[in-house]
Amino acid sequence: MDGPITRGPLQRWAKKTTNENINPSLSASFKNVSNANLSSCNQSMQKLSISANQSCNNSVLSSSKTPTRNENKKGKKTPSKNKSPGRSTTPTPNKASKTPNKADRFIPSRSNSNYDLCHYMMSRDEEKGEEVVTQTAASEAIGRALTDTEPGRLLQYTCKAPAAPEGYQNRLRVVYSQAKVPSSVKNTTRYIPQAPDRILDAPDILDDYYLNLVDWSASNILAVALGNSVYLWNAGTGQIEQLLTLEGSETVCSVSWVQGGGTHLAVGTSTATVELWDCEKIKRLRLMDGHTGRVGSLAWNMYIVSSGARDGNIVHHDVRQREHALATINAHSQEICGLKWSPDGKYLASGGNDNLLNIWPIVQGQHYTQPQYLYSFNQHLAAVKGLAWCPWSAGILASGGGTADRTIRIWNVNTGANLNTVDTKSQEKENRKKREVRFWIHPILEKREEYGAFHTLVKNQLREDEDKFYNYFRMQKTTFDNLLQKLSQELKHQDTFMRESISPAERLAVTLRYLATGDTFTDLYYSYRIGIKTISCIVCSIVWSTHYKELISGHGYANNQLVIWKYPLMTRVAELTGHVARVLHLALSPDGTTVLSAGADETLRLWKCFMLDPSKKKEPTDSKAAKSLLNINTSMR
Amino acid sequence: MSQQQTTNCITLRGSAQIICEYLKFAINSVLFQRGLYPPETFKTEQQYGITLLMSEDPLIKSFLTNLLTQSEEWILNKKVTKLSLVIINVANKEVLECWDFNVQYEDGDVALSKEKNETVGSKELKKIQQEIREVMLQVAATISYLPLLDCRCSFDVLVHAKPHCDIPEKWAEAEPISIPNAQNVQLKTFSTSLHKMETVVSYKLAD
Repeated sequence: MDGPITRGPLQRWAKKTTNENINPSLSASFKNVSNANLSSCNQSMQKLSISANQSCNNSVLSSSKTPTRNENKKGKKTPSKNKSPGRSTTPTPNKASKTPNKADRFIPSRSNSNYDLCHYMMSRDEEKGEEVVTQTAASEAIGRALTDTEPGRLLQYTCKAPAAPEGYQNRLRVVYSQAKVPSSVKNTTRYIPQAPDRILDAPDILDDYYLNLVDWSASNILAVALGNSVYLWNAGTGQIEQLLTLEGSETVCSVSWVQGGGTHLAVGTSTATVELWDCEKIKRLRLMDGHTGRVGSLAWNMYIVSSGARDGNIVHHDVRQREHALATINAHSQEICGLKWSPDGKYLASGGNDNLLNIWPIVQGQHYTQPQYLYSFNQHLAAVKGLAWCPWSAGILASGGGTADRTIRIWNVNTGANLNTVDTKSQEKENRKKREVRFWIHPILEKREEYGAFHTLVKNQLREDEDKFYNYFRMQKTTFDNLLQKLSQELKHQDTFMRESISPAERLAVTLRYLATGDTFTDLYYSYRIGIKTISCIVCSIVWSTHYKELISGHGYANNQLVIWKYPLMTRVAELTGHVARVLHLALSPDGTTVLSAGADETLRLWKCFMLDPSKKKEPTDSKAAKSLLNINTSMR
Repeated sequence: MSQQQTTNCITLRGSAQIICEYLKFAINSVLFQRGLYPPETFKTEQQYGITLLMSEDPLIKSFLTNLLTQSEEWILNKKVTKLSLVIINVANKEVLECWDFNVQYEDGDVALSKEKNETVGSKELKKIQQEIREVMLQVAATISYLPLLDCRCSFDVLVHAKPHCDIPEKWAEAEPISIPNAQNVQLKTFSTSLHKMETVVSYKLAD
């Protein structure tokens, strides 16, 4: 092929890329050119572009690295790569093969164009484009770091704040995990069924903390608001009746039965109204307004129904009067989510999303409250929804806060005192307490300090004989001491009033003996006089790495974590958390890269914590002690 | 008229104090609400009309005091653009969460400033505190969507200062931090009319 012809198509293509966007309709109309013609054209095109690239690379980019590879990439990969994510069908300028499809009639003046240069510039652009793509990817990865590179200095105070104390576990876990029945309930002597007696289906129930969608009347009828309807379920007969359905997108936000087993139900709606229904006749009696936000809480006091709404107001409605609104109280700065009259009708308690709990005294001789609160308690750290008056002791109120709070507080509204605060997050603590109290010591174990192997053998005589010590533990005395020193913090348990804890040295001794001999727990139980369960907690939680001079230990209560230690320095390399209950067993995979841990949470977890670095293939020279331990360990089941 | 002016006058220093006070309570709130430190090391305190928890740990207290006294000075001189509270996993030094407190400087009440010959604002203190309270409530509510910090954590505060800012004693330049796959949530902003404070929390999106 001679010069002008090779240049022809190339030039047209090159030109077209710039014009592509200008006349898409035109190019579309030219799609029906014969196929045979096209394919041949395509072929020549590809060839041409490659050759052009080559010449470019050779002449201009002579210094570029690995030209052959580059060229390959350019011929085949770049076009597809440069396509924006997803295989879009929009024509891209880089698709050399497709361009002739949309050949247009544009004939440029060829004489004053330097095509080689043009092409080079374009292909260089392509390269740059690729760079930009990788760069943006990198910048995404760095994320915030890039935004921080704005001119300025990033300063830090060098005296740092301390880390959380060792062994401290974030107690918010309770908030994030589904709480089971609190153990305190189990401590009661009577039988409490753990499974629900019956399950009612409640489709479409609004998932909203701030609403009060269920109320059980004194006449044993349950009113449930599901979406825009209210259903009545007779708990005695199991009969279900639909009371009402609101129109359109309105939803029921609260339901409340009149006191004393009546058949009147107050219904608060999302359109800021309170409806009064007669549930015997299935008939709406009246519609009461007064709010500007949805009515999320209702409370009855005789013939007064008090409603709390998103606008933060409480309105007292007298359901008998034509002018139903007796008083409007600006109670909270945010939505009211809890509203309860005291059983004696003297106080109204209201809880809001502003974390306040307000107590409102009644107007003398009336059944609605004064506009000024008696007390405003701001101790809750989250929205106050749960409110309950003590039925037998006047003026005692219990209130519960939301997620961030997790406390139940007991108040005496006669004095304004916070009588008690119950921390609902202390579930774990209670669990542990129970276990300690149940601790029972077998006579064999009681004599541990007199006859246990640690006290009779290890502590005194064995230490005097270096060889025997090594024989017994497969470890030198100094190594043992070093290990003990590093681990003692981890192994130390608190003494309780029921028992003295097993010392770290003893724990380590049992562990090492177990690893060195492969004795069963039962053997160790008799020789060390430590309960099997206790041994199983201590032992089996250390594994040596075959690839690194490291060991990994599993821990129980508190963090339930695995810790990797650098040996022999015994510095922490890493901590692996994830188990929600103590780690009972550890095992190393045959190839030595993965550690399996079995937790009391009934999970097995595989940790790829000893992955081999391919560049460091050479066998690390372990210390004698470590190696021997390791051999024995791997020979165990 | 004149009396009204004096009651509603906030100087630059006063505004910086409000900002730093907010930072103190906000940082403590985050430390408590995110469960970084044992809850028994915190004590309740009434502020902005709500109950907030403040760390009683002497080391944390002194860290924050030193940090905030210096920051107040910087804010006063408009040297600081942002403070970042960084929550770090102690074990692997991974940044888990970052609370950005962006400080923007505003002009305040121009007319009043001219009259007083210094930059002052005329926003009511009550209104400012109300705004701060709303931010604080939001901070407390964040735990409902932020992931559990399931490891031993520490925190640090990085100060984003202007380039010409001097580095005082015991301060050093810090490395920029990054959170991969971060999710940002902006909380409410409040303004003293001299300073505008924007609070943003970014956290690692759970995989």
